[in-house]
Amino acid sequence: MIKLAEVRKIFNQGRPNETVALRGINLEIQEAKLTVLKGPSGSGKTTLLSLIGCMTRPTSGRIWLCERELTSLPEKFLTTIRKETFGFVFQQFNLIGGISVLENVTLPAYTIGMPRKQRRERAMELLDRFSIANKAHVKVESLSGGEAQRVAIARALMNDPKVMIADEPTAQLDSALSKEFMAIMAQLKAEGKTILIASHDPLVWGSPCVDRVVEMRDGTILMLWDSALASGGGS
Amino acid sequence: MRWIRVQLALLDFALSSLVRRKGRNLSLAAVFCLLVMCFASVVFAVKSLQREAASLLEGAPDIVVQRVVGGRHDLIPVQYLGLIKSLKGVQESTPRVWGYYYDPGSGANYTLMGTRCPDPSLEEGSVLVGSGVLRTFSGLEHGRIILRSAKGSFVSLKLKGTFPSDSELLSSDLVLICEKDLRELFDIPDHLATDIIARVANPAERRKVAEKIYEALPDTRPIQKEEILRTYEAIFEWRGGLTIVVLSALILSFLILAWDKAVSLGPEETQEIGVLKALGWDTSEVVRMKLMEGLLISITGFAVGIFLAYLHVFLLSAFLFEPLLKGWSVVYPRFPLIPAFGVHDLLVIFLLTVGPYSLATIVPHWRTATIEPQIAMRAQK
Repeated sequence: MIKLAEVRKIFNQGRPNETVALRGINLEIQEAKLTVLKGPSGSGKTTLLSLIGCMTRPTSGRIWLCERELTSLPEKFLTTIRKETFGFVFQQFNLIGGISVLENVTLPAYTIGMPRKQRRERAMELLDRFSIANKAHVKVESLSGGEAQRVAIARALMNDPKVMIADEPTAQLDSALSKEFMAIMAQLKAEGKTILIASHDPLVWGSPCVDRVVEMRDGTILMLWDSALASGGGS
Repeated sequence: MRWIRVQLALLDFALSSLVRRKGRNLSLAAVFCLLVMCFASVVFAVKSLQREAASLLEGAPDIVVQRVVGGRHDLIPVQYLGLIKSLKGVQESTPRVWGYYYDPGSGANYTLMGTRCPDPSLEEGSVLVGSGVLRTFSGLEHGRIILRSAKGSFVSLKLKGTFPSDSELLSSDLVLICEKDLRELFDIPDHLATDIIARVANPAERRKVAEKIYEALPDTRPIQKEEILRTYEAIFEWRGGLTIVVLSALILSFLILAWDKAVSLGPEETQEIGVLKALGWDTSEVVRMKLMEGLLISITGFAVGIFLAYLHVFLLSAFLFEPLLKGWSVVYPRFPLIPAFGVHDLLVIFLLTVGPYSLATIVPHWRTATIEPQIAMRAQK
C-alpha cells in the first residue's frame, strides 16, 4: 500500500545545525496490517511517520501511496491526501485546549464539507464506541490520560481514514491503558485499517496484534521482523 | 454547496476560538472600538461643519470687494460703489462697515457688523449678539454691553437680543450694531467702508464681473462666494487633519499592539495551527479561519465604534474635540450638528481601520501556517 525508495531526510540542510534524520530508507507497508517502527529516541521513527503521513517532504527518494507517487505532488494535493487517507494520534495527543471533546473530535471534518449535524452525529458515534460519549461536552483539560487517548483515537477516525498513524501513543500511559490502546488498534486492524505506530514501548511492539516490526537506529533500518515469517520460522 | 459548508465550519471554529480567548479578544475589540469612535467622530464632525457652513454661506454676498494697500486689507472709498453698480451683471451693491473687537477680559476677538438703522430688529444705541458673546464677553452689565471706542471713551449699548441657534457656527462671536454707532466706535469716516458687496444674478457671470471690478479698480480684491466657501472647507479640513494627526498616535499604538500580538504568536497558537494542518487543514483554510476571527473582532469594534461616534457627535455635540474642530478658542459655537456623512465616508473609515488590523493579524498566521505541521506542533515542546 505504501512504498518508500531510498528516502532521505535532512533538516537545516547546509546550515551549521544540519541533521540527517533518515539515510536512504527502503520500506513497504502492507494494507490492513499493523506495523510498528521501533527504536530509541532520535532513530528517525517520527520523521518517517511524518513523511508517510504527507506532513513533510523527503530531501530525496520517493514515496508511493497505492501506486501514486507522493513526493512530486503540490502542497494542496498532499493536504487532501492527508485529510482523506490518514488519521493521526500524536505523542501527547495534541488535543486543542479550551474547546470541548466533541469539537476536538470533529476538527478533521471541518474542511471536508460535512454538514454540522452529520459531523456531530459521527463524532458522537465514535465517542460512544470508545465509551466516552458522556464526556462529549467537557473541555479536554479535565480528561484523564486514558480518556484523552480515546478522544485522540476518535478524532483520528473522524474522516474514516484508510491508514492510522500513531506516534509514541503510549508514552504518557500506564501499562493498563497501553494494553487498552493496543486492543483498540487490534479492532481497527480487524476492520481493515492499515496501522502504523512508532514506539519503543515493549507493550506496543510485543503485542500479539503486531504484524511487522521495523527496528530503526540513526536514521536507518536495522532489522525487519514479520509475524508471518516468524510463525514460519524466519525473521 | 460544499464550499459554503466549509466556510460555515470555519466560521464555527473562528467563533469558538474567540470565545476561548474571550478576555484578550474583548480587550482588543474595546481598543479597536475606541479607535474607530475617535476617527469616525472627527470625520462626522468635519462633514457636518462643512455642510453647516456651506448652507449658511448660501445667503452670503456673491462678490465681496476689498481694498488692498501694500498687500493688506484697507478701508474702501464708498465712491467705488457707483462704478461697481454700473457694471453689467451687477444687480445690487452696498458698502459694509464691520471690524473686530478684542475683549481683554475674555481674551477673545468678536466680530462687529454694522447695519443700516432703523432696522426692524435694531435701533441706534442697541445691539444684537451671538450666543458666544453672551456667554463670554466680559463687559456685559444689566442688559447692556460696554465697549471701548477708538478714541478711548466707553460706549454703552443696549442688548436687544441674540441670533437664532441654527446660525451659530457663523454668528457665535457676532455683534450686530447700527452703522452709525459702529462708525463712531471704530472712528471710521462716512466716506469709507470696510468692504463693498455685490449681488450678481447669474452665477456664471460672477467670475467675469469680478475680473471687470479688478480691471476698473486695480487697488481692490474682489472675492467670489465660491472662494469663501472653499476657505471654510479648507479650514475645517485642516482642523480635521490636525485632529487626525493628534489621533494618529493612538492609531499607531493600536497597530503596534495588533502587530505585536499577531507577530509573536505564542507556542500554544503555533502548536494549534500545526495540529490543524496535521489533521488535514489547508494553509488557506487556516488563514481564512484566522481572517474570520480578526474580522469578527474588527467588524464588531467598527460597528460599536461608529454607533458611539454617532452618539458622541450628534447627541453630545462632539464634546471631546469641540474646541479643536469648531474653532473660536474662547467663543466656540454651541449648536447641534446634523449628520452629513455618506456611505463613502463610512467606507473610508472601514478601510483605514479594519484593513490594517486584518493585515496585521493575517500575515503572521499565514507565515505560521506555511511551516510544516510537524515543526509547528513542536513549538510547545
